[in-house]
Order: sequence, then structure tokens, then C-alpha cells
Amino acid sequence: MSINWFKYSSPQTFFPVAGRLALVFGALALLACAAGLYLGFFVAPTDAQQGESYRIIFIHVPAAWMSMFLYFVMAFWAGLGLAFNTRLSGMMASAIAPTGALFTFIALWTGSLWGRPAWGTWWVWDARLTSELVLLFLYFGFMALQAAIDDPRRADKAGAVLALVGVVDLPIIYFSVQWWNTLHQGASVSLTKAPTMAATMLAGMLVMIFGFWFYSIAAVMLRARCIMLERERGSEWAGQHARGAA
Amino acid sequence: MNWGSLDNFLAMGGYGLYVWGSYAVTLVLIAAELILLGRRRRNAVGRIR
Repeated sequence: MSINWFKYSSPQTFFPVAGRLALVFGALALLACAAGLYLGFFVAPTDAQQGESYRIIFIHVPAAWMSMFLYFVMAFWAGLGLAFNTRLSGMMASAIAPTGALFTFIALWTGSLWGRPAWGTWWVWDARLTSELVLLFLYFGFMALQAAIDDPRRADKAGAVLALVGVVDLPIIYFSVQWWNTLHQGASVSLTKAPTMAATMLAGMLVMIFGFWFYSIAAVMLRARCIMLERERGSEWAGQHARGAA
Repeated sequence: MNWGSLDNFLAMGGYGLYVWGSYAVTLVLIAAELILLGRRRRNAVGRIR
């Protein structure tokens, strides 16, 4: 049996699916974040070296993971759009960019507020911080480029090229703590070593990662629905939806 | 972790500014994104009708 994936690449069929996904993942995000914050603030112990300041980790690490993961998914959709010229792919890439930029900014902001007590500085131009800042500018560049081109199909293509070239920044961010001497600590969680933190701290962080992940799916689906309505506003299905949503 | 009192919880062992500064900005930005998404949707529907 084969599934016709292209069926869902039409905005008309994907629009109601996106609405249901947004609802389900929005609810899951609320649950996961409530559980994660409970673990983070009421179960996880005080850190022996950093005191309570380490509790920033429960948003800093999930936001940083999402900033990179969302860029990867955005570039994936952008590349798919270039290869197959499907309408939905470009819409998905555009829908992801603002949420990706949001989490990149949150990662930088919380990192700065953590860096002050931990390192004695709000900001240093070291490899990890600088490459994450470059990621923020890649998101902004993608959004600005798309906003500057009137024809949405051409905007998708131009944005896709930028997104694909920018993928180079992802391994640089990830491996920066190994390749260069930096203030930023290495990965707290890896597949090859035991985690370097208490089990309850780790649990809170992982649950928050799921929470941010679910939230991202919900927000991206909501934005994808907006983009579908905007780009297909002359179509029969969009008209029907708009009249129904009165 | 037992904080004992609300004051202790808010103080975060002297790191309240950093911890709550992180959480507050994150919450505000996520709320802003959802509000902007709602507005964008209303505008899109309004332009079709």
C-alpha cells in the first residue's frame, strides 16, 4: 500500500489537518511545560556550584535545541519546495521562520542572563555565542528576503536558497564547544556518555524540550493556516472557510 | 525542592533577577507570538470576506 503524500501537499486538504494538529499539540505543550516546570522548580535540587541560577537551564537548553532543530526543518521544507515545486513546502518554511527566530532569541537572552552570574559577563564573542547569533541573523535574513519579494513563489525560491546555504551554521553551532576554546560548557547530554547532571534536573529539561517542541508544532501550524488563507484568498475553499469563520 | 516561603521562591537564592528575567521574557514573547498569530488570522479572514 502506498500513501499519496502529494495529497497533503495541497493547502486545501492540509488546512483542516493543520487546525487539528495545532489544537492537539497546543494542549500537549501546556501539559508538558506544566510538568517540566514543576520538575524544574519543585523536584530538581539546588546545584552545588551554581546555586539556583542553573534553573535557567529549563528554558535555555530547550530553546537552543529548538532554534537549531526548527532551522533544520525549515531548510528541509525549503529544499523540498525547490526540488518538487510543491506549494505547501514554501508555506511551511515561511511558517517556521518566526518561531525559529523566537527560540533563537530566547536562547541568546537566557544565555546572557545565565552568563552574568556563571561567567561574570553578559556576552562574549566566542564560537558558541557568535554562531548562535549568526543563526538569528539567518532567520531574520530569510524573513526579510521573503518580505521584500512580492511574488510568493519567487520569494519561496529565494528564501529556500538562503535557508539551504545557512544550514552550514548548524554543525558550527553544535560542534563549536569542541572545535574552539570557549566559555560555553560542552553538551550536558550526549548519546555516548552518561549525562553530567542529576536525574531530576535532566528529567525536567527533557520534559521542557518536549513542551517547546509541541508548542513549536502548534505555532507553526497556526501560522501555516494564516499563510494558506493569505495566499489562496481567491480560492473557493478559502472563501468557504472565511464565511464559516464569521 | 522545598522553598519554605514565597519570598524564598522569588529570591531564587539571590539569583531572582536572572532566573525570573529569563522566564518572564520567554513568557511575554510566546504570548506575543500567539496574539500576533490571532491578529494575522483575523486579518486574513477579513480580507477574504
